[in-house]
Amino acid sequence: MAKTSVSNNVTRSNRKWIIGYSIAGLILFITYQFLIPWEGLPLGIYDAVYQWMPPSAINESLVYVIMALGLNIVVGYAGLLDLGYVAFWAIGGYCAGWFMSEFFYFLNIHFLGSVPAEAPGIHINFWMVLLIGGFVCALFGILIGAPTLRLKSDYLALVTLGFGEIIPQVFFNGENFFGFNISNGTKGIVRVDPIPVGVKDLGPFDFGWKLLIFLLLTAVMVFISLRLRRGRLGRAWLAIREDELAASMMGVPLMRTKLASYAVGAFAGGLGGVAFATHVDGVYAERFNFTISIFLLAMVVLGGMGNVWGVILGAFILSWVNGNGLTAFGQFYNDRFGTEVDFASFTFLLFGLVLILMMLFKREGLLPESRLKLMLHEDELDDEDASGSKKKVGK
Amino acid sequence: MSAMLEVKNIEVAYGKIIAVKDISVTVNNGEIVTLIGSNGAGKSTTLRTISGLIKPKSGEITFNGKRIDGMPGHEIVGMGICHSPEGRRIFPRMTVKENLELGAFLRNDKSAVNADMERVLDLFPRLKERIKQTAGTMSGGEQQMLAVSRALMGDPKLLLLDEPSMGLAPVLVELIFDTIVKIRKQGITILLIEQNATAALEVADRAYVLESGKVKMSGSAKELSADDKVTKAYLGH
Repeated sequence: MAKTSVSNNVTRSNRKWIIGYSIAGLILFITYQFLIPWEGLPLGIYDAVYQWMPPSAINESLVYVIMALGLNIVVGYAGLLDLGYVAFWAIGGYCAGWFMSEFFYFLNIHFLGSVPAEAPGIHINFWMVLLIGGFVCALFGILIGAPTLRLKSDYLALVTLGFGEIIPQVFFNGENFFGFNISNGTKGIVRVDPIPVGVKDLGPFDFGWKLLIFLLLTAVMVFISLRLRRGRLGRAWLAIREDELAASMMGVPLMRTKLASYAVGAFAGGLGGVAFATHVDGVYAERFNFTISIFLLAMVVLGGMGNVWGVILGAFILSWVNGNGLTAFGQFYNDRFGTEVDFASFTFLLFGLVLILMMLFKREGLLPESRLKLMLHEDELDDEDASGSKKKVGK
Repeated sequence: MSAMLEVKNIEVAYGKIIAVKDISVTVNNGEIVTLIGSNGAGKSTTLRTISGLIKPKSGEITFNGKRIDGMPGHEIVGMGICHSPEGRRIFPRMTVKENLELGAFLRNDKSAVNADMERVLDLFPRLKERIKQTAGTMSGGEQQMLAVSRALMGDPKLLLLDEPSMGLAPVLVELIFDTIVKIRKQGITILLIEQNATAALEVADRAYVLESGKVKMSGSAKELSADDKVTKAYLGH
């Protein structure tokens, strides 16, 4: 029974992670903000970093981490398969597009924004837009969830898939949405306001400082995830994931609890969406496609459903491979062997392969949640063991 | 004795399939009442209807004088009707303790919950030994003990037990039935479903015999266990 005590870690309350996380984050920040631009740095290292792990790739990975943590609440905690998570990314993104750009050029609304007062459009402070994006997404999560969450597993997945297609399509064709231009359609909303942090405004190329902000947002999501997980709501989610009917027999209000997971998950989508808009300095409809939803789901599954650290790892690995890793490897390989293989085009072949291998050899993910691991690896005892005296101890 | 639970002429259907045609059951405060009958007689459906998992098509259910049919399941649990379901349905990846804590999901009085935890662990000392074990790795008998204990953690006035002896070794069946009697002594009213009619009639005060979704016979457990038809059909003598 040595193994079974592991599951108690979940209930153990600790905030030790904050220290470790801060140290790791600070090292990352110092490296990218000060060490790499430092003139004394050998050129070889500088080139290598820019080839393998440029600052923009780190920041983009963090956006994926924020999203994956949100999806993890829906999929990993509550056990509801959501194939349309990209919808929340899109809504979050357009919140940034609407409230911190010159998109509504005929208006002139400013609120603690980072641009001069005469600039047209709506310019609300980034930190507030973050909250607006989060809450608008949470609202949409509830609106989408209310009619669909009555459905069971596969059907729920199908309906969320539908919503994940519909919402980005609305934005894609949003140049004429019942007579209004809500998204600039395929042209997208170009340029969003820089992030005001008091002493300066962070534009699209202030990677180092924005890294710090994205790390902070990630920490907020980690905190929310861990906190909720240990609380009453977390237990209710877990119960629903394990056995919905039994959960309702224990008095868990099913609809309300599931909606809460949708709302919190969607909130993260909003944060990530706003963050991503500032990262790419714009909102582009064609980016919000079905692949993203699957991609995020793969991150959660690869990393370890239900375990925030696993999900962070999974999100980092996959977004790095997709964004930069494979291209960099391709360059390296082609230079070395004089070939001209287009490695980036093999991304999905690689993902498919990785997922198949994971399902064969490590179904619970890279950093599994302890209970999932237990379940996938222990056989059930049979009735004889209970009535008789023999006990199986620690397999 | 006053009627705690009154089920009046309920009809319950799963889509087009009618599982319960016309069942009326009364449970008085402090009683053990059992529903016996063969597979498909409508026993489990009746219990599921009482605990709000299914809505009846017609008829009414009152609990301590208040209509509860149509209420959502969690509110019914909150009123003091706790259900230990067919097939146990414990949470397999949670520990015994976590399972028991979930049984008390709606309760906020921490000290009372802890006291109840002690109480159910005294009823089933086996669970005390396994308190940190993952529930899915326990044997069927232990899982059944857990399912009953978990329902008790909700501080029930009325405990619904669905086939607590199913699939258990004879020794354990005896243990479960002994415990049912003990639970009643603690002041909890029990509505019990059993295929093992002999054992059920031994512990129960009154019984209803169900057949094809209707109440065929009812009476005191003693009368029924002496009845020829019941003996032949359900007791296998």
